[in-house]
Amino acid sequence: MNKKALSAPYLFWSALFIIVPLCMVFYYGLTDKSGAFTLQNILAIARAEHAKALWQALLLSLGSTVLCLLLAYPLAMILCSMRTRQHSFLVLIFILPMWMNFLLRTFAWLTLLEKTGVVNNVLSFLGLPPLNIINTPSAIVLGMVYNFLPFMVLPIYNTLAKIDQNVIAAARDLGANGVQTFLRITLPLSVPGVISGITMVFVPALTTFVISTILGGSKILLIGNVIEQEFTQTGNWHLGSGLSIVLMMFIILNMVVSAVTDKDGEVNAL
Amino acid sequence: MIRRISQKIYIGLIFVFLYAPILTLMVLSFNASKSRAKWGGFTLKWYSQLFQNQDIMEALWNTLAIAGLSALAATLIGTMTCVALGGMKKRSRTLIMGITNIPMLNAEIVTGISLMLLYISLNMRLGFFTVLCSHITFNIPYVILSVMPRMHQLNPNTYEAALDLGASHLQAFFRVTLPDLMPGILSGFLMAFTMSLDDFVITHFTKGPGIDTLSTKIYTEVRKGIKPEIYALSTIIFVAVLLLLFLVNYTPREKGPKKERRL
Repeated sequence: MNKKALSAPYLFWSALFIIVPLCMVFYYGLTDKSGAFTLQNILAIARAEHAKALWQALLLSLGSTVLCLLLAYPLAMILCSMRTRQHSFLVLIFILPMWMNFLLRTFAWLTLLEKTGVVNNVLSFLGLPPLNIINTPSAIVLGMVYNFLPFMVLPIYNTLAKIDQNVIAAARDLGANGVQTFLRITLPLSVPGVISGITMVFVPALTTFVISTILGGSKILLIGNVIEQEFTQTGNWHLGSGLSIVLMMFIILNMVVSAVTDKDGEVNAL
Repeated sequence: MIRRISQKIYIGLIFVFLYAPILTLMVLSFNASKSRAKWGGFTLKWYSQLFQNQDIMEALWNTLAIAGLSALAATLIGTMTCVALGGMKKRSRTLIMGITNIPMLNAEIVTGISLMLLYISLNMRLGFFTVLCSHITFNIPYVILSVMPRMHQLNPNTYEAALDLGASHLQAFFRVTLPDLMPGILSGFLMAFTMSLDDFVITHFTKGPGIDTLSTKIYTEVRKGIKPEIYALSTIIFVAVLLLLFLVNYTPREKGPKKERRL
């Protein structure tokens, strides 16, 4: 039995459904309606409305990536320190919510964040000023953090869990205090996880159109919204593909940065 | 001591953050008022109306069928690929893993539109079948990534031993290798099923008119206001999965030396 032949179905499948479709995006993006080569669809990113959408998307996705990192790192450390039943706990926190549709979960934030909603009731009970962030960029960032936090926690958790406890013990023996051990041992060793987490949060956040539609009240257009409209409403596939190519450049840039920093080369998905 | 308490509080806060929307949806499923903004008293009517709602039932059926079939196909193709990768040179292995990473790292919206362009240029009618193919495509990497680690842990000697003891290659594979890979295959299947169930973006671009999954149905309803029956349905699904997880985790089972990674 030739084992290699077993990869044939996947090779065929990935050629047809991964490689060819990507080539088509490039074909559409680099041609106009008559089929002639053009760079217009890509340069269209410089048009005011597109540039603004891209800028907004970059700002919001960078913001939510930083927030995710700040929230996720301590969480991953805590999860690592509790050895008992941690596995079922991880599932409970991150996998289980996925069984409730993510559109609905995002939509539920509208109810929570309303002027007289649950969050504001709690805030006024605590004597704090109300939060009016529905249909603002802040609500979109909240939606991004909410949806993509697991993608930051899991890779960081995986690298932290792999750190040899003896290394940390050695650092302590050699006189480092807790902060020093963290800064000079734990943090550097967890960089691959952090990088992979950043990639996994930044890309979906940069390209989302769903979260901005639901929580931004369709007033805030991100680059994802613009592309989605080109395909489903305006019907200008060439322009839509051109803008997608621009988007992919950011993704590739992100991947190159993470490939350079992560010497292992293997993408640790979950 | 303070450290422990503050850790507990932190985890608790994250937990609230992740589960507050889910709790909200559950509460809304019992809300007699159709508006999500006010509480109109407790009711179970959405649950009884749910099963008479043809549209929702059809969307549910589509969702489950696509998730089940795509996870199954992806598991089959993915596992075969992993077995094949075991006997390959490093270069072809790197190439295949590189291709596998494309749908994982690429933006969903780009994957969605690229598949839509493919189907349209192949003159395929957008519908159930195109959605199914798309889901298989993005599910295969999850299977490969969860079977691959198991593949690395395989002890080649057991396979050789089976051959020495007179098993054919096929027998040795099905009775030695496959059982060893099973935990990875199962978790890959579950992962694929979950991902397919939760997908919206790729379905949105490849579904065409006339067919809806739960996700796309919810998306069209977001503007008009979501029907409370949908809340009821999600609550049922969520509670069912929760119960299932408890059953799996708390049924006593044989204690073995192998530690399973089920993520």
